[in-house]
Amino acid sequence: MPRDIVRAGVDIGGTFTDVVLERGDSRVSAKVLTTHAAPEDAIMEGLRKVCTRLAIDPGEIRQIIHGTTLATNALIERRGAKTALVTTQGFRDVIEMRTESRFEQYDLNLVLPEPLLPRNRRYTVAERLDARGKVLVPLERAEIVDLAAELRDAAYESVAIGFLHSYVNGVHEQRVREVFAEHLPGVMLSLSSEVSPQMREYERFNTTVANAYIKPLMKTYLDRLAGRLQAAGVACPILLMHSGGGLILLESAAEFPVRLVESGPAGGAVFAADIAARHGLDKVLSFDMGGTTAKICLIRDQTPKTGRVFEVARSYRFKKGSGMSISIPVIDMVEIGAGGGSIAHVDGMNQIRVGPESAGSDPGPACYGRGGNRPAVTDADLLLGRLDPDGFAGGSITLDRGASVSAMQNGLGDRLGMGAAEAAWGLSEVVDENMANAARVHAVENGEDLSDYTMIAFGGAAPLHAARLCEKLGIDRCLVPRGAGVGSAIGFLRAPFSFEANRSLFMKLSAFDSARAAAFFEGLEDEATRFVRSCAGDAEILIEHRVYMRYSGQGWEIPVRLTPGQARVPDASVYLKLFEDGYARLFGRSVQGAEAEIAVWSVNAFTRTAAAQPEAAVALASALETEGMRPLFDPAAGRVRDAGIHARNRFGTGEHVSGPAVITEEETTIVLPVDGYAVALADGCIDMRKFPAGTEGKHG
Amino acid sequence: MADIPRVACQVMWNRLLSVVEEQARALVRTAFSTSVREAGDLSAGVYDAEGRMLAQAVTGTPGHVNAMADAVPHFIRRIGRDNIFDGDVYITNDPWEGTGHLHDFTVVTPSFHAGACVGFFACTAHVVDIGGRGFGADANSVYEEGLYVPIMKFADRGTIDATLVRIILANVREPDLLIGDIHALASCNEIGHRRLVGMMREFGLADLAGIAEFILTHSRSATLDRIAALPRGESTGAMRIDGYSRPIDLRVRLSVAEDHVLCDFAGTSGVDEKGINVPLVYTKAYACYALKCAIAPEIPNNAASLAPFRIVAPENSIVNAVHPAPVALRHVIGHMIPDTVFDALDKILPDTVPAEGAGSLCNFQLSLRPRSGGRAGEDAGRAEVLMFNSGGSGARPALDGMNATAFPSGVMTMPVEATEQVGPVIVWRKELRPDSGGAGVFRGGLGQFIDVGAREGHEFDIQAMFDRVDHPARGRRGGQPGASTTIARSDGVPMRGKGKQFVPDGHRVIMGFPGGAGYGEARDREPERVRRDLALGYITADAARTVYGLAEDDIAATLARARKGEIF
Repeated sequence: MPRDIVRAGVDIGGTFTDVVLERGDSRVSAKVLTTHAAPEDAIMEGLRKVCTRLAIDPGEIRQIIHGTTLATNALIERRGAKTALVTTQGFRDVIEMRTESRFEQYDLNLVLPEPLLPRNRRYTVAERLDARGKVLVPLERAEIVDLAAELRDAAYESVAIGFLHSYVNGVHEQRVREVFAEHLPGVMLSLSSEVSPQMREYERFNTTVANAYIKPLMKTYLDRLAGRLQAAGVACPILLMHSGGGLILLESAAEFPVRLVESGPAGGAVFAADIAARHGLDKVLSFDMGGTTAKICLIRDQTPKTGRVFEVARSYRFKKGSGMSISIPVIDMVEIGAGGGSIAHVDGMNQIRVGPESAGSDPGPACYGRGGNRPAVTDADLLLGRLDPDGFAGGSITLDRGASVSAMQNGLGDRLGMGAAEAAWGLSEVVDENMANAARVHAVENGEDLSDYTMIAFGGAAPLHAARLCEKLGIDRCLVPRGAGVGSAIGFLRAPFSFEANRSLFMKLSAFDSARAAAFFEGLEDEATRFVRSCAGDAEILIEHRVYMRYSGQGWEIPVRLTPGQARVPDASVYLKLFEDGYARLFGRSVQGAEAEIAVWSVNAFTRTAAAQPEAAVALASALETEGMRPLFDPAAGRVRDAGIHARNRFGTGEHVSGPAVITEEETTIVLPVDGYAVALADGCIDMRKFPAGTEGKHG
Repeated sequence: MADIPRVACQVMWNRLLSVVEEQARALVRTAFSTSVREAGDLSAGVYDAEGRMLAQAVTGTPGHVNAMADAVPHFIRRIGRDNIFDGDVYITNDPWEGTGHLHDFTVVTPSFHAGACVGFFACTAHVVDIGGRGFGADANSVYEEGLYVPIMKFADRGTIDATLVRIILANVREPDLLIGDIHALASCNEIGHRRLVGMMREFGLADLAGIAEFILTHSRSATLDRIAALPRGESTGAMRIDGYSRPIDLRVRLSVAEDHVLCDFAGTSGVDEKGINVPLVYTKAYACYALKCAIAPEIPNNAASLAPFRIVAPENSIVNAVHPAPVALRHVIGHMIPDTVFDALDKILPDTVPAEGAGSLCNFQLSLRPRSGGRAGEDAGRAEVLMFNSGGSGARPALDGMNATAFPSGVMTMPVEATEQVGPVIVWRKELRPDSGGAGVFRGGLGQFIDVGAREGHEFDIQAMFDRVDHPARGRRGGQPGASTTIARSDGVPMRGKGKQFVPDGHRVIMGFPGGAGYGEARDREPERVRRDLALGYITADAARTVYGLAEDDIAATLARARKGEIF
């Protein structure tokens, strides 16, 4: 792809919509309030702004890459369509019974999460396949026609169809779709055999239900967006960032919107991985805090951790098992309801609780002056001196301090016998503790110790809270990249075009069919490259072949990477050796005498991402003079200090300041605590570090 | 301890907890039996060189809690200090020195660092078959229950004992699954070992003595603080349950002292002639678990945090059965121990513990085979299929019970699709059982229905392992009992709650698993909650009317709204 091509990255968050336009080395961005009633409005406004600033016509844009948390937020806030599930008779409660276990063993007052669809929205029909896909009980058309009438009476907008063993044979699900298409016109359908064709009914049904639940919202939105862009003269392809950090076409995103869950945050992780690569960091905690949620992701060796199952909306101290299982390829991260717009209240035990409810962009936090009257995180940030009332979002919104004070007083202070300032401190500490807790749990689940990690902080609210979070987690270094306020949108532009084509088909190595295997790979490679070619023009396409293998009888596979030669001329003995070596590497020893089999065949086609330019270390240059002072609350000490104010765009490479300080920019503000200093790196990153113990304030 | 900074100790304690979690995850990933890979019936732990448990993975099985803590010292004693080498792997399924029955294999691996044995890793998993009569209640002694592997070396300095492997393979119904599971157990210890050595290098440790002292000291004092805060006193608890052929009385006397809590099971029924007896190690686990839930839920399990909970029972009572008593289904009685302990604890600590629940898991095992004396079809085969299922839990002082959720066990059910991949079994129904939750201000959790049969051309034996057929869960503070267990053949032939029973080709077993009991008087339940229960089908219209007194027009209106898909 030529370097001067114009590309746009667009990220819709719960509060802000970020648009980034890139041409060669020039990049401009805009941050506008998300327009929930019609999210495309904000995109069009943002695009207009950035096009004006780069002085180009929208028609010159060659590619738009879009990600959004709309799908996730609809699931967390349960704002999806009126949805029904149609499932196999005798299995009405699969999504409610889950795994029948408790995610916290020692809590006698455990509350299990409610299923996405309550029991009266779950319907069963007589039908049954066996584990090999053979029909045991045929589906009767008449029953489906009757069911359609019942669903019509209840005015469902969307229907999920999930039958047992449909991952082997989707015929009954397809038959229901045919009848519904005729008898329930306009109702959107999601089939489990298409959304997530994998064994294990709870995860598959739940994923399908989630898809159905958000499909009306997402599909109509994407259709409108395509129309608006076309009307504005933008004729280029629109690609969506999916949960796994790759890209898909708008049409398939509209059909399978569950794959967009976490797409905005996935872009953020790709962005952080790119920064990590440039700075040679092998252990990075990516911290992305926007208006509605905070996202935390571990990045080892410059690659975000990935997984095959994601849990949305963990309800119990972010504990594994307390959310909804969605089985899609994902970048593995935790997300909690902690953003600038998160609203605080006082609970029955007189404790401050923050989130997950968010004031969003409308009405927004009280200080936006749009009618919000409950205290939000941003209100606390304003009262604690972290935000400049006149400099928020580049001065586009003037924050109303008085409104924050009264919201804080009425919402928290009066209940707790505190003044507004103390309540703001409490609110801020609670939200920071929530995030630190989520990060610790995530690290523990992954067997990592965060103390030698570097944080990369981005998203509009992250630089305000990053330093405090580092203190709580024992992290000594934090990078705030340039464009921190629009990190996800930049990340979209760094994502490779990739497509993983895979098929489930069991083949025992004792009955290995070499010709069939070769044909398999050929078909998958064709499918994968065709897709990437359609997005990436004549860019070089790389191919990775994999089989997922296990010993017969096991329930989980390990990936076995093959060379192109090994894929083109498949040889069972070679595959066995690769599998056993990989198995021994992972688990210590192979299993003598057990038979190995292939479960999944996979070909991944992708374009090479531009190699990250390594950033050289910088020498400390001079300390910057302050442009002024303002009172800044120090949450660690519990008192106000005088902090220097610095404009970020005045930092030259190597120039530095000591805390306490605020470093302001259009999209966000970096808060530097008393025991830290910040240096500008060559690429514009602000590198925050702690003074060595005992040397506070002597530096600079 | 003095030479390790406190912060490093904190980090290492957390690290060891995550090491054992990873060890457990590796076991799930590599195991062959669905009981391990799908249901999580396993545990994993790390020990210091003396065999004291430092950390244990929080898995689905409180039953392994103390058993695991006690097991490693048995291994050290039996193998002999001088006989422990790098590359060794030890094994047993001894019910009394392992985790209570022959179906649990425990594998222990010494961890060597810089030439010295610095600690041990142990793990346990429930395997699908161990020969003998099969997994069921019918044996009259442990000799009938299957192959018994005393504590011995599975691998000596890296070399697996081929003779042992051949003996095991020749004695069980699913040899490939079993040997695969044993390998998985050995592998997961290896994973734990690697992570431990990595940590010791990182922190420059030559041994675990310092960190062990830190963990055990802190755990002990935190636990003692909790006990000291309890009201001193004594109370008794009792519960009668089905047993095999005659009812069993579980009795406990609880005494809270300044520095320990004592549970004494004197007065409990004697050893049964059938395989439902419980080795003491398993009784200790569940009694301890019940106390920890109520008293010190957040303190991790290790040698020191468990020690202040003292559990005793008279020898030859059903909760302290000694060799050679049959013990295969020790879980059925063992899972009832927490409700018994709660009965006593409620008198000392009111408003804390739940009403009685289903208690034991509602497990069964099927031995499927092509039908005798007829054409079975070309793809007919034999298989052992084990299913774990849960009834409802008891209502809590301020919350309903949980529907179809395991308590006190915490294992998962196997996905039906995974179960049906294993053999010619068809699960025709697995869903919630309306009206099974005991009524109350807070309702007991619902049990579930399961209908199960074989693919055409197959017959099978079912090993039933159910209690609460005659003794449903009892309510607290006026709450009503949960529904009893039911079991019958699809042609109406009655079946027993325990024991092996034949099911011919073409028939199914129809089961209703018990609900939890209610808490408080049903008439005081908020009408909104009754309407919601009705709309969701947790209760029938009949129950809404007769048990909760909901008016007829209210019932009709609620059902009409429910049919429209409205949210309650």
